Amino acid sequence: MNEPMDQQVKPVDKSKKAAGERPSSNGRLANAAPTAFRLAAEHLERVPAWGGASQTISHVYRPTTTDQLRDLFTLARQTGRTIGLRGGGNSYGDAAMNGENILLDMSRMNRILEWNPENGRIKAEPGVTLSQLWQYVLEDGWWPPIVTGTMKTTLGGCAAMNVHGKNAYQMGTIGDHILEFEMMLANGDLITCSRDQNSDLFYAAIGGFGMLGCFTAFTLKLKRIYSGHLLVETCAQPDLNSMFSYFENQVASSDYIVGWIDAFAKGKSLGRGDIHKASYLPAGADPNPSQSMRLDFQNLPDTMFGFMPRSVIWMMMRPFMNSLGTRFINMAKYYAGHFGGQKKYWQTHAAFHFLLDYVPNWKKAYGPGGLIQYQPFIPKENAPEAFAALLRQCQLRGLPNYLSVFKRHKPDDFLMSHALDGYSLAMDFRVTPRNRARLVSLARELDEIVLRANGRFYFAKDSTLRPQIATAYLGQGAIDQFRTLRERYDPDHLLETNLWRRIFP
Amino acid sequence: MTQTREETAIDQQPAANSVTPTRPLEAQPKAMVIGASSGIGAALVHELAHRGYRVAALARRESELTSLRDAVNAAVGAAVMQSYVHDVTDYEAVPDLFQQITRDLDGLDLVIYVAGTQAAVAPGEYNFEKDAAMVRVNLLGAMAWLNETAVRFERAGAGHIVGVSSIAGDRGRSGAPGYNTSKAGLNTYLEGLRNRLSRHGVTVTTIKPGFVDTVMLKNAPKTFWVIPPEAAAQQIRRAIDKKKQVVYVPARWRLVSLIISLIPSFIFRRLSI
Repeated sequence: MNEPMDQQVKPVDKSKKAAGERPSSNGRLANAAPTAFRLAAEHLERVPAWGGASQTISHVYRPTTTDQLRDLFTLARQTGRTIGLRGGGNSYGDAAMNGENILLDMSRMNRILEWNPENGRIKAEPGVTLSQLWQYVLEDGWWPPIVTGTMKTTLGGCAAMNVHGKNAYQMGTIGDHILEFEMMLANGDLITCSRDQNSDLFYAAIGGFGMLGCFTAFTLKLKRIYSGHLLVETCAQPDLNSMFSYFENQVASSDYIVGWIDAFAKGKSLGRGDIHKASYLPAGADPNPSQSMRLDFQNLPDTMFGFMPRSVIWMMMRPFMNSLGTRFINMAKYYAGHFGGQKKYWQTHAAFHFLLDYVPNWKKAYGPGGLIQYQPFIPKENAPEAFAALLRQCQLRGLPNYLSVFKRHKPDDFLMSHALDGYSLAMDFRVTPRNRARLVSLARELDEIVLRANGRFYFAKDSTLRPQIATAYLGQGAIDQFRTLRERYDPDHLLETNLWRRIFP
Repeated sequence: MTQTREETAIDQQPAANSVTPTRPLEAQPKAMVIGASSGIGAALVHELAHRGYRVAALARRESELTSLRDAVNAAVGAAVMQSYVHDVTDYEAVPDLFQQITRDLDGLDLVIYVAGTQAAVAPGEYNFEKDAAMVRVNLLGAMAWLNETAVRFERAGAGHIVGVSSIAGDRGRSGAPGYNTSKAGLNTYLEGLRNRLSRHGVTVTTIKPGFVDTVMLKNAPKTFWVIPPEAAAQQIRRAIDKKKQVVYVPARWRLVSLIISLIPSFIFRRLSI
């Protein structure tokens, strides 16, 4: 892999060499500064937000080794560009975008470096995806302690956004399970961080959305499991209060809980929805764990409903992705849960966790305008009132969200964290050329509700946050501390993304 | 354009050329206007700025460009225009400046090449210097800028290229062989770009203005149906919105051009148009 990379970097060296010597057409030397600015056109790529509601053009490079990574940092300095870091590109908004500058797609730094099946410690590079990770360890009886709704996320992206899963109330964020990481600083030095070593950087770089350095390796502690199955229970709740009381009653006794809210329901039914909860099987419960933990067994089925290829499902969904269609789907889903009563069954880990991968390209069903997600996190004492206000405000503005996911969280120790002792409501909104302005003003109204309830936000999902809102929820102290670390480790501000420029101008 | 040329340099005004961050749902269209200091170019900058574009304006004359920037930004009430002093015949400077501008604008959706020159040519005059100068500005400058644009737009799978040519490119006339050639070359080049790029989602528009009330008009042999540059800019902007391919400004010139192009040579060479 070294050779192609060298070719990628070389043209720039050539142009740099030419910078000092090449006369301009009128015989005078061209201005040296802008000449060193040029980057080869073959690296120009269109980079969309995951939700597809916005896109940028970037100079995309794909390092495979730390040496190449260091060369690219040098390249950025030589050409006066900033560097943005991108993992799986699953951030809904502009967190992994760096328009008109250099964007490093880290997905080729994807080696598993060390694996100890005795104690469940794994060392892996940042481009390793969760898919790669669980498939590597499952047959030894381990599972990642935190997984996102899609398995296409990378460790680097997960750590930079400090992601959570459906067990956030118990297991926290992924940062809680990272024992140590190595990171390349903007000057090219490698630094090791843990809770004991460079701990300020440890707590700031996790959840630091790629603004302090580029992760090069992680050591994680995984979770021991005794079956490839989870015990899943589903039920429906008739309103928001029942949703909350169910969660409060069940969190102590379940390993995963997630709620789906029908955002179209009004009045007495406001906040009604379905709940999926799951627990690990204890040792001995699965008669044949070595069978259920085999990878073949976990693979998502190729067809849905027995005959329809999964790859075409999004086309079937496309006609329903409007207010009327999703109103119907949300209602049908609720009543199916309601009349179906409580169900209890075994489901594979992959099938339970990676719902977003079940229908490949489901985001395409939202049409060419794409979607955005708005996910506020609200302390538990304020959440019932605030969530009701959020849902009502969306309905009032005629912009009910098509899919709303309800989760319980617990606080963590990371500087720029979204986590708190409370709930989150992830709301997906379809974006069209006509509703953009209305979505922006709705988001402003929702921001006010969230701030009044002492809520927080999450950069992985964000597309609408403004600087003053970020300051209000993070606190000036945290932001100052983060900026101080940035001045120390990246004084030239080499690392930037569209999100950074938008929220921290 | 036959005057001595100025050193090409990027106009550095940190306050005026600073990047305002792009918000995902509130993206502003971004345009580059090459040849913006006066005439149609300056009017286009005004027109686009008022229509919500962020505009990078390029021109050779710094003082005109600066006053245009101040006027546009004052009229819009925000720093939407950024200025770059550039001589379009400094081809070597183009790739760097292009990348500099796309970064300053934080994107690029529309590129308009308006730079053009017409030298006064007496009926019996054969002046290579004048002809070469017109080809350098009207055609080679366009190639330097639009090739660079084409690479980017092709890779992006989107974008709009506009070349402001002239009705003068439709026939070679006794009064202005050099000028006619530069514009005919530009028309053909734009057509070729269109045929290359339309399959990649890129639109290429050729604008053929008739007589527009600009400094260039003083070198045109005869004039009629003269329109102010503001009217021309408005019509061009509408053509851009509609993603037209070839547009006459004003539209009545299409008929004139059709008639002129149908005149057989044995008659045409005896006429004095």
